[in-house]
Amino acid sequence: MAIIEVVGGLPPSKYAELGLGRDKLLRMLRKMVEIRLFEERVERLFFEGKITGPSHLYLGEEAIAVGVAEALAESDVVVSTYRGHGHAIARNVPMVAVLAEIMGKATGTCKGLGGSMHAAISVEHGIPVATAIVGSGIPIAVGMGLAVKQLGEKRVIVAFFGDGAVNTGAFHEGLNLAAIWRIPTLFVCENNQYAEFTPITKTFAGESIAARAACYGIPSYRVDGNDVIAVYSTTMKIVEKLRRGDGPAFMECITYRKKGHGVYDTAWYRPREEVEEWMRRDPIERFGNNLKELGIVDDGLLKSIEAEVEAELDKVVEEAMNAPILPFEQLKQFIYST
Amino acid sequence: MAVISLAQAINQALREEMRRDDRVIVMGEDVGRRGGVFLCTEGLYEEFGPDRVIDTPLAESAIVGVALGMAIYGLRPVAEIQFADFIYGGFDQIVSNIAKIRYRSGGQFSAPLVIRAPYGGGVKGGLHHSQSPEAYFIHTAGLKVVIPSTPYDAKGLLISAIRDEDPVIFFEPKRIYRSVKGEVPEGDYTVPIGVSRLVREGSDVSLITYGAMVYECEAAAEKAEKEGISVEVLDLRSLLPFDGEAIIKTVRKTGRPIIVHEAPKICGFGAEIAAFIAEREILSLQSPIIRVAGYDTPFPLVHEHLYLPNERRILDAIKRAVSF
Repeated sequence: MAIIEVVGGLPPSKYAELGLGRDKLLRMLRKMVEIRLFEERVERLFFEGKITGPSHLYLGEEAIAVGVAEALAESDVVVSTYRGHGHAIARNVPMVAVLAEIMGKATGTCKGLGGSMHAAISVEHGIPVATAIVGSGIPIAVGMGLAVKQLGEKRVIVAFFGDGAVNTGAFHEGLNLAAIWRIPTLFVCENNQYAEFTPITKTFAGESIAARAACYGIPSYRVDGNDVIAVYSTTMKIVEKLRRGDGPAFMECITYRKKGHGVYDTAWYRPREEVEEWMRRDPIERFGNNLKELGIVDDGLLKSIEAEVEAELDKVVEEAMNAPILPFEQLKQFIYST
Repeated sequence: MAVISLAQAINQALREEMRRDDRVIVMGEDVGRRGGVFLCTEGLYEEFGPDRVIDTPLAESAIVGVALGMAIYGLRPVAEIQFADFIYGGFDQIVSNIAKIRYRSGGQFSAPLVIRAPYGGGVKGGLHHSQSPEAYFIHTAGLKVVIPSTPYDAKGLLISAIRDEDPVIFFEPKRIYRSVKGEVPEGDYTVPIGVSRLVREGSDVSLITYGAMVYECEAAAEKAEKEGISVEVLDLRSLLPFDGEAIIKTVRKTGRPIIVHEAPKICGFGAEIAAFIAEREILSLQSPIIRVAGYDTPFPLVHEHLYLPNERRILDAIKRAVSF
């Protein structure tokens, strides 16, 4: 099984061929900006002492969540991770519910019982799982894929995980079964090059993550994860095959964390040249430039989008800060159904 | 009424629930054509086919993880772990995801699934086919833990477990899979989770136990009776939640509780019951709370009969209690 390389997306002039009109492109840009500014706000609130506990920011990886989410139907299902704020926002979970969860408020996605690492859980938005046990979402996504197949539905399941997950047993056990059962699950590896604080060069053997997945006979794509259109168009292609019943697929999205593992981490261990090189590939800047080339945005519009999102975030922060917390006596009612 | 074995009762419960509800799916190692190593799933593959009786690889983390995905999605998986000793590969999924899915989603999702596993010693299985790991799971909020000791209870409790909205770990005492037989009605009935069974009434000593140890306790109680000591035997049946009321009732009656289980003594379930009695009913005690348990060693093949609580050890404890 060959690995299918998709280095970057199409040149902007060909966006129309993908059926990408102005509205859709602007929506994707807006979503990426929302994630970016949301995460920067979370970082600020952490340093102001208004959020406690670790938040693992999605800064720099916005193109992946948005590119995937925009290629999915509302009825599709996403399995998220502890770095999940971006997945939630891309799937249209209201930012105020995500922030309230991070703050442990009763109005949060999980009523404040989960916090940042489980903020991307929403029955309404098809995100049943956001796990902080790295890799453990993979077999769960396989089970959901099997259920979809057995129930004869047309839904697809997307499992997000990072490069750290590919060294867990759950990854291998899950991919093996997905391939045997030919289920409609898309595995999306957000390869941001670091498993917590350790570079992938120290933890990963083999040619590439995509190649590892291909060993199971799963069609495997290697995509520029900082190019939202590359992610989007590849996902579109894969999802169509999944709905047809072609079996699972794998997409390795190469990206980079703009910041450390969690808000508290300065990421001092990363070589400066490496960081600078990746900052030049900022996904939002790149996409913005492409849209400028098409005449869809200009500096003025970009500024006004940012200003709009910032204004919305002001309200989001105020609302989340003022939200109540769940009374202690109510904790027990969420452990068992009866 | 038909007299069948505990293993056959499990089989009957699975078959009837699969007929009743399309969403019930059986999965695990060799559960299909082979019918499971203890034949608890015998004949299900032939009746329900490979989509509902799924042979899996030897991959416990995936078995229980996949079961969770199916459960979230609306199916009712019954996953078999071939021996309870193999469950540790899936432990992370069970305690981190299955037990907590409801809590951490603020009640949005639940995990209606059952994990069945034969457990316990007495079959010359050695240290990786004989263990009693129930305490690890009782320690985890979000799970229910059930251990039947009779064919009637095995069927009724398994049906309850399959219909439960929350995840149930269902340990089956493999030593008595075939040796214990009893009357089991065909068709639908349930035994509620969380309710114990009074096996035998008595007034001097209470044996609080579960699983295969119920029979050792009964034998010891009969011997004690001949020596003029009246012994009550309580089969807990459910360990999480456990029947606290019944424990208090028997302790008030006899004042001499003895807890009997196969699992190692240290931090075994007996420690919890002892603490529960001490907290709630200390003034009723006429003797120290005694635990008769496995030893704090890995499970030994060669001295299996010494390791497992038996009639002699239990009788000895009964005598210590009444002579205190």
